[in-house]
Amino acid sequence: MKMVLSGNEAAAYASMIARAEVIPAYPITPQTKIVEKIADLIADGKFNTQFIKMESEHSAMAAAISASLVGARTFTATSSQGLLLMHEMLHWASGSRTPVVMVNINRAIAPPWNVWADQSDSIAQRDTGWIQFYCESCQEVMDTTIQLYKICEDNDVLLPAMLSEDAFYLSHTSEPVDMPDQDAVDTFLGKFDPPYKLDVENPHSFGSLSMPHQWYMEFRYKIALAMEEARKKIVEVDREYGKIFGRSYGGMLDLYRCDDADIVLVAAGSMSSTIRVVVDELRENGAKVGFARLRVFRPFPAEEFRSLAAKVGTICVLDRSFCFGYEGAFFTEIKAALYGIDNPPLVRGYVIGIGGRDVTRNSLINIINDSNNPEIKGPVDTWVDLKRC
Amino acid sequence: MSDEHEIKITCYDDLQPAPVTMGKSLVFKTGSWRTMKPKIDLEKCKKCGFCWKFCPDMSIYEVDEYPVIDYDYCKGCGICANECPFDAITMLEEDLE
Amino acid sequence: MKHTIPQEEYMERGHMACLGCGGAHAMRYLLKGLGEKTIIALPACCWAVIPGVYPYSCMDIPLQYVAFEVTGAAISGIEAALKAKGKKDGTTVVGWAGDGGTADIGIQALSGAVERGHDVKYVCYDNEAYMNTGIQRSSATPRGAWTTTTPVGSTKAWKQTPKKNIVEIMVAHEIPYTCTASVAYPEDIIRKAVKMKEIEGPCYMQILAPCPTGWKYPPEKTIEIARLATETCIFPIYEVTDGKYKINKRIRDDKKKNIIDYFRTQGRFRKLDETTIQQIQSSVDAEWELLKKKEKCFGEEI
Ligand SMILES: Cc1ncc(C[n+]2csc(CCOP(=O)(O)OP(=O)(O)O)c2C)c(N)n1
Ligand code: SF4
Ligand code: SF4
Ligand code: SF4
Ligand SMILES: [Mg+2]
Repeated sequence: MKMVLSGNEAAAYASMIARAEVIPAYPITPQTKIVEKIADLIADGKFNTQFIKMESEHSAMAAAISASLVGARTFTATSSQGLLLMHEMLHWASGSRTPVVMVNINRAIAPPWNVWADQSDSIAQRDTGWIQFYCESCQEVMDTTIQLYKICEDNDVLLPAMLSEDAFYLSHTSEPVDMPDQDAVDTFLGKFDPPYKLDVENPHSFGSLSMPHQWYMEFRYKIALAMEEARKKIVEVDREYGKIFGRSYGGMLDLYRCDDADIVLVAAGSMSSTIRVVVDELRENGAKVGFARLRVFRPFPAEEFRSLAAKVGTICVLDRSFCFGYEGAFFTEIKAALYGIDNPPLVRGYVIGIGGRDVTRNSLINIINDSNNPEIKGPVDTWVDLKRC
Repeated sequence: MSDEHEIKITCYDDLQPAPVTMGKSLVFKTGSWRTMKPKIDLEKCKKCGFCWKFCPDMSIYEVDEYPVIDYDYCKGCGICANECPFDAITMLEEDLE
Repeated sequence: MKHTIPQEEYMERGHMACLGCGGAHAMRYLLKGLGEKTIIALPACCWAVIPGVYPYSCMDIPLQYVAFEVTGAAISGIEAALKAKGKKDGTTVVGWAGDGGTADIGIQALSGAVERGHDVKYVCYDNEAYMNTGIQRSSATPRGAWTTTTPVGSTKAWKQTPKKNIVEIMVAHEIPYTCTASVAYPEDIIRKAVKMKEIEGPCYMQILAPCPTGWKYPPEKTIEIARLATETCIFPIYEVTDGKYKINKRIRDDKKKNIIDYFRTQGRFRKLDETTIQQIQSSVDAEWELLKKKEKCFGEEI
């Protein structure tokens, strides 16, 4: 069904079409429309779900984990401060191996207060054991949310996943979105049926004390293995989804005009569409520019970057976040992925769009021009569009 | 540890995805913690059931209507002796052989 | 042998509680009342260790270990999921937390859960300090008590403020049922557990569960000390059903013991001076009188 939906509404509809059974959530700008839309869908009798209006995000995640352990398909959504408040529970979700699916609206972290696009909130959750996706369009939000249930609920994966979309640029921008057919989604997803549930008929204790000499380390190793399984599953599910629903998104790393490119930009989120326009423009002028959209940050597409690197001269990494004391996280990780390969490309990092600052055509052109500059600058010198003295 | 209740796990492949318990705590013979040992004098016992009721370790059971102590698990806290209204239970030094 | 409480056990031998742990009694009795169709969420506290190490558990019912501050949220999620799955009927969802997990770090999640009206039962086993981490004070530690963070010393730095009255905070949420209980009175705990099971909606129970390790008394005294807490009226046993108060262990004025009789049994009160004891006695008396008045005002017509 074709509708005109914002990123937020697409997320709400996706939770409905995926038949999320329990939705504990707490409102925060710019995510509010997701919870309001879900409330509307329920009030209109279109969505049959247990919607719990929690008293905090921390509690929302805790409730989602418990609900998932009972065997219910769960959904929640948050942003920025809310995501940070959840941090402890994010680890709890992966440690419990509960496939909770969450939409996060990438918003800046206070102080100072700022509700605009910035990916620092989700980057700060990198090591929580969550699968992390970044979306470019409202349609992709819809499709990826559905895909995530298929990926996460696989018994070899059983990990939680977070889908991030940029504040306002995506959360509040409306686009035509096709919502897939309910029957087709039902068939695609099947039922959530984890191997062990909180169940009075089959009592177990979930999460008990494990000692240094036995089993804590092994349980952590199993999370690591599950992430490797997720890697395969993500590509597989995206391909299968494409076959059934006619749309797929390049698996882990979404390559655009990279085949014969000399310079490739790397970025995640809503700035991708601006980058595509700039790439097209420069291509028309004969420049060999391409774009690699980081769709999945965890598990990290290291192999994909290595094969890309074999073909290109320069990679310009754009981070809409910054790890204080070092550099942008994407930049660091891409360089690490390329360590030790033959003839590595030049990899340059730029920090851009912090706190919702517009990522313009001109900024991007400047970055591409700068990439030919032989002088390598330090991480604090590559903040793009900064008002410098 | 007691073999009868032991769950065999040798490597990470034997584990469930998440820590989901598979066996009973009966494997832990907490009787080894004991330094004092309760002893019931059946002559004095009036079968009131207080010792059974107040044992925090479920270590008193019934045989022929009389209380019997399960020394595999009794930790020797002395509550049974303290609560027995008829002074039928005495706490003795555990012999340490 | 006489059995004044049900013989079924839902907890196994071999658990890890210290000798004479009142928290072990509390769980044993509660489960006898609730029965096997019970799911428990349990946060960080002594009870997170008591069931034993993986892959073993002393619990015969399903149990989820949860983070310290989320018990109320976890049971909300369990209840909602059971409803979504059509499995709620006949299943009792229980949050079981220590006084720290209840009155301090978990109070937000607890308040949220009962305000939303989930059909959940929240039980606090109250040992009046953070025992799992080595006897630090909680807001439910009574005035005058030594803990490792109220170490007395030469400046008499025992806990200065009164015990937070979480029971009245729960009553103020206008939930269907709130009660106190004590391991000294197993039959009463079991009756109340059965009652909570039958009520649809949020219920709160606070069980006084003396801790020999943290209160500094010999382990055989657990039940005796719990009984004294009620006989001195420092921990009265009462219930509030739909706003109506009822004292379940009525202490006649001529039988009411002095607070000093209770304090003398425990090392944690050993250094208290006469003035403070008198002040505490007066406030215990005042609270007790107030409770009796509430029973009269809001209670059933007798
Ligand atoms: C967020 C967080 N902060 C602190 C702790 C450490 N901690 C674990 S148990 C505990 C005290 C528990 O006290 P209480 O709830 O009274 O239970 P008890 O151990 O006394 O039975 C603390 C402080 C923790 N696990 N998590
Ligand atoms: S000494 Fe304690 S543990 Fe042993 S039987 Fe008596 S009450 Fe139970
Ligand atoms: S408490 Fe004493 S009298 Fe009562 S059953 Fe036990 S041993 Fe016998
Ligand atoms: S420290 Fe206290 S509450 Fe904790 S297990 Fe020991 S006796 Fe029980
Ligand atoms: Mg405590």
